[in-house]
Amino acid sequence: MDTTPIINNFKSEEYQINMGPQHPATHGVLRLLLTIDGEIIKKVEPDLGYIHRSIEKMCERDSYQQIVHLTDRMDYLSSHINNEAVCLTVENALELEIPERVKVIRTIIAELTRIASHTLWWGVMGMDVGALTTYFYGFRDREMINDIFEETCGARLTMNYNIPGGLMFDIHPNFVKRTKEFIAHFKTKLPEYDLLLSNNIIFRKRMEGIGILTKEDAISFGASGPVGRASGYSCDVRKHHSYSAYDKVKFNEVLKTEGDTYSRYQVRVLEMWESLSIIEQLIDNIPEGDFFAKTNAVIKLPEGEFYQKVETARGELGVYIVSTGTKNPYRMKFRSPGFSNLSLLNHIAVGGKIGDLVATMATLDLVIPDIDR
Amino acid sequence: MNITKNIHEWLFSLMPETTASIVEMVLIAVVYLAIFAVAGLYLVLLERRVAAWFQLRLGPNRVGYQGLLQTMADALKLVSKELTGTLKADKFLYNLAPYFVIVTALMAMSLFPFTKELHAFDINIGIFFLIAISSIGVIGILLGGWSSNNKFALIGAMRSGVQTISYELSVGLSLLTMVLMTGSLQLSQIVEVQEKGGWLIVQGHIPALIAFCIYMIAGTAETNRAPFDLVEAESELGAGFHTEYSGMKFAYFFLAEFINMFIIASIATTVFFGAYLSPFGITESIPLLGVFWFLGKTLLLIFLMMWFRWTFPRLRIDQLLVLEWKYLLPLNLMNLLLMALMVLLGLTIQF
Repeated sequence: MDTTPIINNFKSEEYQINMGPQHPATHGVLRLLLTIDGEIIKKVEPDLGYIHRSIEKMCERDSYQQIVHLTDRMDYLSSHINNEAVCLTVENALELEIPERVKVIRTIIAELTRIASHTLWWGVMGMDVGALTTYFYGFRDREMINDIFEETCGARLTMNYNIPGGLMFDIHPNFVKRTKEFIAHFKTKLPEYDLLLSNNIIFRKRMEGIGILTKEDAISFGASGPVGRASGYSCDVRKHHSYSAYDKVKFNEVLKTEGDTYSRYQVRVLEMWESLSIIEQLIDNIPEGDFFAKTNAVIKLPEGEFYQKVETARGELGVYIVSTGTKNPYRMKFRSPGFSNLSLLNHIAVGGKIGDLVATMATLDLVIPDIDR
Repeated sequence: MNITKNIHEWLFSLMPETTASIVEMVLIAVVYLAIFAVAGLYLVLLERRVAAWFQLRLGPNRVGYQGLLQTMADALKLVSKELTGTLKADKFLYNLAPYFVIVTALMAMSLFPFTKELHAFDINIGIFFLIAISSIGVIGILLGGWSSNNKFALIGAMRSGVQTISYELSVGLSLLTMVLMTGSLQLSQIVEVQEKGGWLIVQGHIPALIAFCIYMIAGTAETNRAPFDLVEAESELGAGFHTEYSGMKFAYFFLAEFINMFIIASIATTVFFGAYLSPFGITESIPLLGVFWFLGKTLLLIFLMMWFRWTFPRLRIDQLLVLEWKYLLPLNLMNLLLMALMVLLGLTIQF
């Protein structure tokens, strides 16, 4: 008589589903090939390239002023910071003396951009775990920042406010007033975020203890930004390789040690408070002076290799230029935060449920054009 | 109810008794069908306006006065849309599934006492019938998800099966707790008990309140609404079980969700809040106002469910099952025992 338990005669079979390229949770045209067993994730294979526009190749064709405009379209939610990265690289290569006013304004706008990006992320984060109301709360506050940007440079998202050597225009007379209004407004609204989502019991249960990334893994996968800092990896470029006016302000690098989805969530929410404090310190002391340093109409970088990294809302963005002394770069390379952050998805999502994958992916805060470029 | 009486007499004078009763039944069915199709549409509008209110926006307010014709227009659009489907779907089951869902939803509607007279179908196993009917609806979802030949739809359908089987228990047990006080499953009897001794939620105080909370949680799960909307879970499964449905077939699923919400709220109104009875009997002299009280209480409960939906994030599938089997079910059983003891010792509040 066969004595093997009946249960062994049943096999659970793995099957594959395509999450994306058209899927609400991938926030763009990312395709994830999931191997799942029932609800359990066995393997996640990201398939990239659906929005690849060969920005790096296009950069080899364009002049340095033009390249700045291309970088908007990478991580469109931190477009100002992307612009800044290219400008800083070019300015360092030319050894230009940048007016203090430019540095301070760049820093203020970069921090506003970071808040705008994080509020959008917060809204979408809530939506990914099923709380649709957060989306509108996030967008309400982001709208005020976008209005400030619109008044400053005419654009709301892809700003192009930076040029190599400084800024395109001086700030609008209302800039300081409206930014202060925003700070006052946002300080009353940020606690609301915690009331609505952070302290919700269902949300906590969904987020805590899933998608755990250890510090060692964070470093070996090249995680940066809030993803790295939630695992206790101190990787804030603003702190460690200060640029623009970040050496003049006091701010804390938000660090968490748990490395789970909830700590990544917390890092971003706390970072909004830090950004507010940075803006507060700078907004009253914008130095007088020129808003650009004079450059030649045709910028030619000296021969050599130049690298500059900045902290975007998603992490460390590196710009690497190889110049042969002409008006175009010989080779241009962007080290984008999203790409390295996506690479660890398989590592932390395996073993979780489909719902966990969505929550984990939301806290990686992926912007697909940033990954594909 | 002079109009209905007149129609009744006219019909029976016109033709033989059997034919007349069949015609009468069909007439009642058609009236109910029309009313609830419209009610479903307006619940959709209500949901959209309530959602907008929660979300700092206006919601549909352009088509007709305050958007009153918006969902009508949407329904017209859906009717006129082409029905697309997958090539390898199991055609018969695929087409059958939406009807399963909508028919069961509408069948349950016939049981509710809107006033003492306005009560189409009063059977002695009323509550049991309601629970039975509402669980048949899930077969439609399972069929739809399985026959679509789509993996996302299949996952959604399987989740739905798991969810409904689990939460059925809580719905049943919490209603059973209340039935202990009435001693009857018949809805008219349940209301009669409340007419004499006050609403059941007051009569049964603590256990009744616990039963009501459990019922609302389980009821929300039964209707597959957020925070238990794992069946559709748009950020995980696209559209879940109805991914492959379009046009009017999709609309059936959509409307059924809202009618189910109405059913869950109506059961709660009938069993916990005295159906058509007015608070403290202020308008008992005008029986027709019962419709107003019934709908008012039901809409309040529906608003509560909408409030859940637009505030809470979604649970994960294992948390959903843990909530039911580890917390709600044991609590429910203890509550049942508590209620039985209370009824036995006569500790209920009677007016």
